[in-house]
Amino acid sequence: MTISSNPLTAAQQKLVNNRLGLWLFILSDAFMFGGILVARIYLLGETRPHLEQTTGFIITAILLVSSFFMNRAETSIAFGDRRGFLISTALTLLLGLGFLIGVVGFEWRITPFGPGDGAPGAIFYLMTGMHAFHVLTGVIFLAVILRNGLMGHYSADEHWAVEACANYWHFVDIVWQFFYPALYLVGVAVALP
Amino acid sequence: MNFFSLGLARGIGAQIIGTAIGVAFMSIWRAALGMPVNEMEPAAVFGGAVGALAFMFGVGALTDWTRIAFGHAVAEHPAADPSQPTWARYFGVSLDHKVIGIQYGITSVLLLCLAGLFALIFRAELVETGLQFLSPDLYNTLMSLHGIVMIAAILTGVGAMSNYLVPLMIGASDMAFPRLNAFAFWVNIPGALLLLSSLFLGGFDTGWTGYPPLSARAPLGMQFFFMGVYIVGLSSILGGLNIIVTVLTMRAPGMTLFRMPIFVWAAFATALIQLTATQLIGLSFMMVMFQRLFGMGFFDPAKGGNVILFQHLFWFYSHPAVYVFILPGLGIISELLPVFARKPLFGYKWIALSSLAIALIGFFVWAHHMFTSGMEEYLRVPFMYSTLLVAVPTGVKFFSWIGTLWQGKISTPTPMLFVLGGIVVFLLGGLSGPPNGTVATDLQLHDTYWIVGHFHDTMFGGFVFPFFAAIYYWFPKMTGRRMNETLGKLHFYLMTPAFFVMTLGQMFVGLQGMRRRIADYDPAQGLSPTHLVVTVAAFLIATSVLVFLFNLVHSVKSGEVAAGNLWASRSPEWQIPSPAPEHNYAGRPFVVVGEPYDYGLPGAVYLQMGDAATPLPPGHAAAPAE
Repeated sequence: MTISSNPLTAAQQKLVNNRLGLWLFILSDAFMFGGILVARIYLLGETRPHLEQTTGFIITAILLVSSFFMNRAETSIAFGDRRGFLISTALTLLLGLGFLIGVVGFEWRITPFGPGDGAPGAIFYLMTGMHAFHVLTGVIFLAVILRNGLMGHYSADEHWAVEACANYWHFVDIVWQFFYPALYLVGVAVALP
Repeated sequence: MNFFSLGLARGIGAQIIGTAIGVAFMSIWRAALGMPVNEMEPAAVFGGAVGALAFMFGVGALTDWTRIAFGHAVAEHPAADPSQPTWARYFGVSLDHKVIGIQYGITSVLLLCLAGLFALIFRAELVETGLQFLSPDLYNTLMSLHGIVMIAAILTGVGAMSNYLVPLMIGASDMAFPRLNAFAFWVNIPGALLLLSSLFLGGFDTGWTGYPPLSARAPLGMQFFFMGVYIVGLSSILGGLNIIVTVLTMRAPGMTLFRMPIFVWAAFATALIQLTATQLIGLSFMMVMFQRLFGMGFFDPAKGGNVILFQHLFWFYSHPAVYVFILPGLGIISELLPVFARKPLFGYKWIALSSLAIALIGFFVWAHHMFTSGMEEYLRVPFMYSTLLVAVPTGVKFFSWIGTLWQGKISTPTPMLFVLGGIVVFLLGGLSGPPNGTVATDLQLHDTYWIVGHFHDTMFGGFVFPFFAAIYYWFPKMTGRRMNETLGKLHFYLMTPAFFVMTLGQMFVGLQGMRRRIADYDPAQGLSPTHLVVTVAAFLIATSVLVFLFNLVHSVKSGEVAAGNLWASRSPEWQIPSPAPEHNYAGRPFVVVGEPYDYGLPGAVYLQMGDAATPLPPGHAAAPAE
């Protein structure tokens, strides 16, 4: 094998690289979400589209709770509790699916305007759509670690994929904590023509 | 060997099939939902996206990740397949950063030639007033493609330099993420194909900036332009991420940040911009795509949208992008000057930090492209100040270069000629910049050919000249042979004067009232003679590039053998044999014990190479990898 002049072992080096790489990816993605938020402020200013508050509250709560179970999953596998890890991951995945159904299945259906209806419509579907797309990728990621977890691939020492999935999931959750007030809470609600 | 054993052939085949399937699927889907079938745009866009994804599967850039997702192990540093001829490695997925760097380089040179060819065609049209052989639409498409294909070429050229040089310079065996590296290179190919396919899909007439409202109603080619840029941008983001991690975590022992070869600093600053700002051009282009596809009214005033928003989002990337193009080139200049002046680099820390400073200030200057756009007037003066502030770190670089050359023992082989040419050309670009950054003068100069002259100076001085210097300089490291000096000098002495004539001519017609980007001009302006001179100069530059291409191809096979430290450089990559061995420093690790650029100082040591004969100093024992 190759000789490295690095004092870290190859596995340690890889973990250091992976962690830094994921944080940089999140930073990069945050610029995209930041741009969407800027577009929302630029076009809508102190107004917001009139939306169904109850649905918004419920889906936000679902996503927040899912982050709790995501954290349980990561902590469980870090302490070698495979069973707890699998249960928490499955719950996170279900809650993620619940959020997706809540946004795309309910919120998009009951909203009285479409993406072509003015700047508020365009912004609403852009923000919820881009975020839902990220939740969808997170759900796929969760399905991958759930499957590999069932196959017994992770241990207390080696579970980088779980850590990565958890960090990504928390990031997507935090993005929603900015998007939710920007869409549902701040400013004056105006009904679209 | 089989044709389809080449990854590239498989990828393009898959892209064609994927596009067809995507178009068919979306057409049937829309017909089933009762949507108008004669509207081709949604199906074409979906097909283009599916085709690009199919390319990545076909070429094999996603194979390892798919295996990892299903819990299989993959080889960490796979050796090259010995049954393959050496040249075939460059046409398929390789995880070796040197192969990827050369792949980037070849792509870059090909795209440069293609984009240059577009320019020659529409330059010929501009010689006379009136339209001779191009329709206005074709002129617009060629002009727009010249811009964007050049940008793709420069981005891949930057990728070539960063990928090939950074791991070698910091003593790493490869990049931090070899698979991501391969992905980031290969995704450029479907991206470039999508960009070029716009030529056959009605073209687009917006220039490379794609401003709505024009881009919201341009022909179908516009969507392929947007998709192509989006995908090339993805490559830029992932490539930047890889460089940052590699630089931060994989340096050789003893190599502190201020003991890295100076090019690494430039690549690092570039990568920071690529990682973050690129998202915004992707977002702005995506929003126009959505406006066209779903009627979302972001930039449609009739729906409460605002076109100025597009310009803010777009320039938030596209101004820093200029620094993505030039910072690596300026790094090459700083890297090569001490070698050929045999003197320490003047003010190493200042140069290193000036790259970072340019990158950071670059985030706060974007609205100087919008002085005439109708944006809020109170934004003008702050953006003028921030723009002029860029001149400070750039000036630091110039003073350092002069300080390095001062009383040096200067020799001028071809790479050094291009470095010196780059400095002078970039100076002209730098001096023609402040008039555009100052509000009062920019109101006159905006959208004139003066701007064209200015940015060709910055692009040639900041990228093209240093890129040629880098190719002549590191060619022996890549191939074990050197390029022909006589032809190299012919290339330089043909290109440089022709370039000055071209760019000064462009500025001159601009000041005379020639607008940029238009196919025709008023005969009463009397600009035809200058346009003729500019066009002839452009053809001379093209001739010099042909000389370069001949030299490049000829020297790969039959150049003079140069296996050792040809330029007497202190940099790590020249302390190992040429061409660089497969795992770089495997078996010959080194520690950094001194300053990188102490040329000409007696007894100064930068590196201590360790091998069986001379073990590393205590505390730096080589640890065997798994």
